[in-house]
Amino acid sequence: MTATTATPGDLSVWDRVRGYSPSSRHLPVLATLALFVGMFGAGGIRYEGFADPQVVLTLFVDNAFLIVLAVGMTFVILTGGIDLSVGSVVALSTMIAASTLEAGWPPAAAMAAVLLAGTALGTLMGLVIHYFDIQPFIATLAGMFLARGLCYLISVDSIPIRDDTFFAIAAHQFTLPGGYFITPTVLVALAAVALAAYVLHRTRFGRTVYAIGGSESSAMLMGLRVARTKVGVYAISGFCAALAGLLFSLYTLSGYSLHALGMELDAIAAVVIGGTLLTGGRGLVVGSMLGVLVLGTIQTFISFDGTLSSWWTKIVIGSLVLVFVVIQRVMTRRQP
Amino acid sequence: MRKVLAHQLVWPTTALAVLLLVNVIATPTFFDIRMQDGHLYGSLIDILRNGAPVLLVALGMTLVIATRGIDLSVGAVAAISGAVACVYIAGSPEQGAASTAIVACSIALAVCVGLGLWNGFLVSVLGIQPIIATLVLMTAGRGLAMLVTDGQITTVNNDAFKRIGAGFVLTVPLSIVIALGVFCLAALVTRRTALGMLIESVGINPEASRLAGVRSRTIIWTVYVFGAFCAGVAGLMIASNTSAADANSAGLWIELDAILAVVIGGTSLAGGRFSLSGMLVGALFITTLATTIPTIGIPAETNYLFKAVVVIVVCLIQSPKARAALWVRRTAPLAGRATA
Amino acid sequence: MTQMETQPAAIAPGRVEPHPVIEMRDITIAFGGVRALDGVGLRLFPGEVHALMGENGAGKSTLIKALTGVYSIDSGSILIDGEEHTFSTPAAAQGAGISTVYQEVNLVPNLTVAENMLLGREPRKLGRIDVRAMNRRAQETLDRLGLDISPTSVLGEHPIAVQQLVAIARAVDVEARVLILDEPTSSLDADEVEKLFEVMRSLRDHGVAIVFVSHFLDQIYEISDRMTILRNGTLVGERMVAETTQLELVKLMIGRELEVLERIDREVAATEAIKSGQPVMKALGLSRKGALQAVDLELYEGEVIGLAGLLGSGRTELARLLFGADTADAGELQVGSKTRRLRSPRHAIDRRIAFSSENRRSEGVIEDLTVADNMLLALQASRGWLRPIPRAERSRLVSKYIETLDIRPANPQALMRNLSGGNQQKVLLARWLITQPRILILDEPTRGIDIGAKAQIQQVVADLARDGMSVVFISSELEEVLRLSDRLVVMRDRRKIDERPNQDVSVSDVLEIIAGSARAEEATRA
Repeated sequence: MTATTATPGDLSVWDRVRGYSPSSRHLPVLATLALFVGMFGAGGIRYEGFADPQVVLTLFVDNAFLIVLAVGMTFVILTGGIDLSVGSVVALSTMIAASTLEAGWPPAAAMAAVLLAGTALGTLMGLVIHYFDIQPFIATLAGMFLARGLCYLISVDSIPIRDDTFFAIAAHQFTLPGGYFITPTVLVALAAVALAAYVLHRTRFGRTVYAIGGSESSAMLMGLRVARTKVGVYAISGFCAALAGLLFSLYTLSGYSLHALGMELDAIAAVVIGGTLLTGGRGLVVGSMLGVLVLGTIQTFISFDGTLSSWWTKIVIGSLVLVFVVIQRVMTRRQP
Repeated sequence: MRKVLAHQLVWPTTALAVLLLVNVIATPTFFDIRMQDGHLYGSLIDILRNGAPVLLVALGMTLVIATRGIDLSVGAVAAISGAVACVYIAGSPEQGAASTAIVACSIALAVCVGLGLWNGFLVSVLGIQPIIATLVLMTAGRGLAMLVTDGQITTVNNDAFKRIGAGFVLTVPLSIVIALGVFCLAALVTRRTALGMLIESVGINPEASRLAGVRSRTIIWTVYVFGAFCAGVAGLMIASNTSAADANSAGLWIELDAILAVVIGGTSLAGGRFSLSGMLVGALFITTLATTIPTIGIPAETNYLFKAVVVIVVCLIQSPKARAALWVRRTAPLAGRATA
Repeated sequence: MTQMETQPAAIAPGRVEPHPVIEMRDITIAFGGVRALDGVGLRLFPGEVHALMGENGAGKSTLIKALTGVYSIDSGSILIDGEEHTFSTPAAAQGAGISTVYQEVNLVPNLTVAENMLLGREPRKLGRIDVRAMNRRAQETLDRLGLDISPTSVLGEHPIAVQQLVAIARAVDVEARVLILDEPTSSLDADEVEKLFEVMRSLRDHGVAIVFVSHFLDQIYEISDRMTILRNGTLVGERMVAETTQLELVKLMIGRELEVLERIDREVAATEAIKSGQPVMKALGLSRKGALQAVDLELYEGEVIGLAGLLGSGRTELARLLFGADTADAGELQVGSKTRRLRSPRHAIDRRIAFSSENRRSEGVIEDLTVADNMLLALQASRGWLRPIPRAERSRLVSKYIETLDIRPANPQALMRNLSGGNQQKVLLARWLITQPRILILDEPTRGIDIGAKAQIQQVVADLARDGMSVVFISSELEEVLRLSDRLVVMRDRRKIDERPNQDVSVSDVLEIIAGSARAEEATRA
């Protein structure tokens, strides 16, 4: 750096680099990335076969639904809200898919029904939150109960999925050069991340999401479409939960009321570990994806080790959430 | 003042009465209480007994919510409490002795107080949002409980310990006595000392309270410790009922039931004024609901559906905006009277 | 009493524009039965700067919010270009070319300057936001206003004054026909105000109608053409600025009430006592980074110190340090004979210091508790929760202060939120008097309350000082400070710039001290 003779052009590039990475905006995501890479490096040194690229790809395969779920949750948390219903909506989605398929619906119709139901439920919660001024926590708690209750209304027992299309999608693998493979679900998850990043950063809706998280009253006075956006993020979260439910049903090939118990906590944890501020306004959807990968890596770690018990997953996740929340707290405190 | 009281308690009490009525219609013997071997039995007693853990957890939750907080970790804390007690008893040389049970419970409750101190530290000292601060323990807590029990369901054989959840004192189930005892103690402490007023003042306006010299930090810390203590007692009850510690399912979702009980009882999630008697009615309502549904022939699992309806209705009743939107026409003359 | 002129006050000379761009007629708005506005009108012509005048609580903000669709009006009409219009949302008002900049910066701190300027109307290409074009457009607007702010920097990293200028830049970018500036200058320094005025003049010359709200009379006289004066929610009059002297204006704003205040004036002056002995409180080089530069201060028994200075001059910051509401970075504070470090309000209360904040709602009242609980809060807090105040003692204290301070309704069980501002302020005063303080710090105790309560509070302060209490009194109204205080401390730019006994000091003297220091500073800088 010091060796280069600074021409004005260089300076402006350097300035742009500096201007581009204000620590407060991207540092948390970089920290998550570093954590992910570090964990993987440590695993590669410790366990044989851990550093294999297929392990990374498998992380995506196994956690595709959680990535989609975390994407939806990111929207909600960016506005300063929270959505507790997503786990139940995942379960409800598997139930709707399984039962409609059992009833002989064509697979496309079943998928449409699932996505429609999730989006409708999300929209409903958004409307209640915005127009009746009810805290997101409690409104989505009601949504959580409602979705679980509807599951039981459909069936108390697990329903297997025997549809050929679902089977075909579930079994399909894309082979990558080098003998590695991914599944269609991974593509869906990555598409969701890319689309969400686009919407958040390149559309007015997305910028309004950030503005509401920064200050809802200001956003209102600035004449932004607060109502539409607030309802919109819950609709998106509901849609993402339904989509995640579809991916989950492809993963398990069954519908069951007790699927995805507590999965909303995983999604929230992933978003937090991904560096999104829980008070809203700050965070990147890519961070949430990295957060999911970190959660997945913990599980991979434990399964590679063999001597560690499964409950360490929860303890480590809890500790990571703690670390990130405390760091966020210290950082926001320093802001003027 | 009468108007406020009426407003807070009339709704939940009416709802509870309706539920009980439904039960009586479905099973005419619902209110019957019979004496057997010197112990009281009957549906009402069952409801009270099943409701004891929720009541305890909701008690702590009421005070936490009154300070603008929330404690999501109570279920995990209950699991840890049961796990610690059972593991201690199982590992003790005199497994059946009453002294072992007492020591076990004391250790378990001490651990819970420690966990409450931890939550309180995160919220009041580090200033982390309560929902997130307690989420940490909610996630990690079940892992810790499993760490304690080594992932096994630890069964114990100790009569003294069994009595906490399944025993009787003077014909009444001990768990009811404990729950009501703690309830009365809390009611007495909050309303006879200035604790209740200071909790409310911190919950309504933390900054104004600080400037008035209120030790907000100590008060917030106190309520989280009390909340964890109550959860610990509830955890002991749950473990004692089955003489076993199940780290996975003990106290699962109890935090949500407790929050529900608090909200039904008329305490706002935004903090401030709280009502312990309202919470009591709320807790009874939830346990009665759980009993009623199978009684009237609906599958027990649909309980969730009813809870969802209850949450929505309660929220709509409490939300001023919703009230204005839904009842503006019908209560127009009423509103006129209220302002007069 | 002044009547509203039926004939429109002549339009500024040289501009022939007979049709108002906005005309508000007979606007009435009530909140919970209390009329915040009662039949108020406002006419706004293109190419004028129109000052909206009135004391706190006169209804200026309510009128603005009625115009911009934040509040809905109960009766009356709003005409835009002669046609009736009512906006249901701020967005609708903005759509019609009415932009507002509020006193508190209403932007989002987590986004960049450019995003804040263009949120909701970002330049788009094929449906996606064109970031380059957005930054370019923001840069152009900032350049046009002569503001040296990077459009890609995050807003929250700038000081409040800069954020305020960004808010104005946002309003300017809308191509507004009507620009409403609601106390935009309260956090700006002289240079920044001058910059703002340049912007305002250029906009006016382009035909924009500007509504300007400010508490600084000099600013009003420097920039405005016409003004509308409100008092207690009613319209007092519409005047040409050039034809109205400052004295007339103040009389219109304060009105009959001036006489009531003058009566107290004499009583206070008569009770002035001689101070002597040891100071009860002594600050040496007390300072806090970003809030206050080193200040020395001595406070004697039975003395009222008036802290004069504009908003943001450091007067509130000093008060907060004296009470331990904020902690000082450097300096010493002696209370009695000992040096203390006040780490928290509790420490201060234990040393018998009391502080009533300027933000009554956010830092004073506990709205959902009763009057009695609010009164007893500080005493109870210092006793600790284990030692409740005995019932008899409670009711004795509460009824005593309800009576002496004439609090209405005289019901100890009334909820605090149902009291008027003046009565809430009296309850807060009672809260502190119950703790029997030796030092009472009052920050804007009379802001936004009705005149009767104002006079009563001033009377109480005078009586307390006579009985030996030491008082630090802060108010934006210099007349009030001069009326009450024995000694005057003048603050500016977060420093103490002057201290003198309050003998034959007039409002204009104080203003001169504040302004003079500015001139002196410019001289040293040059």
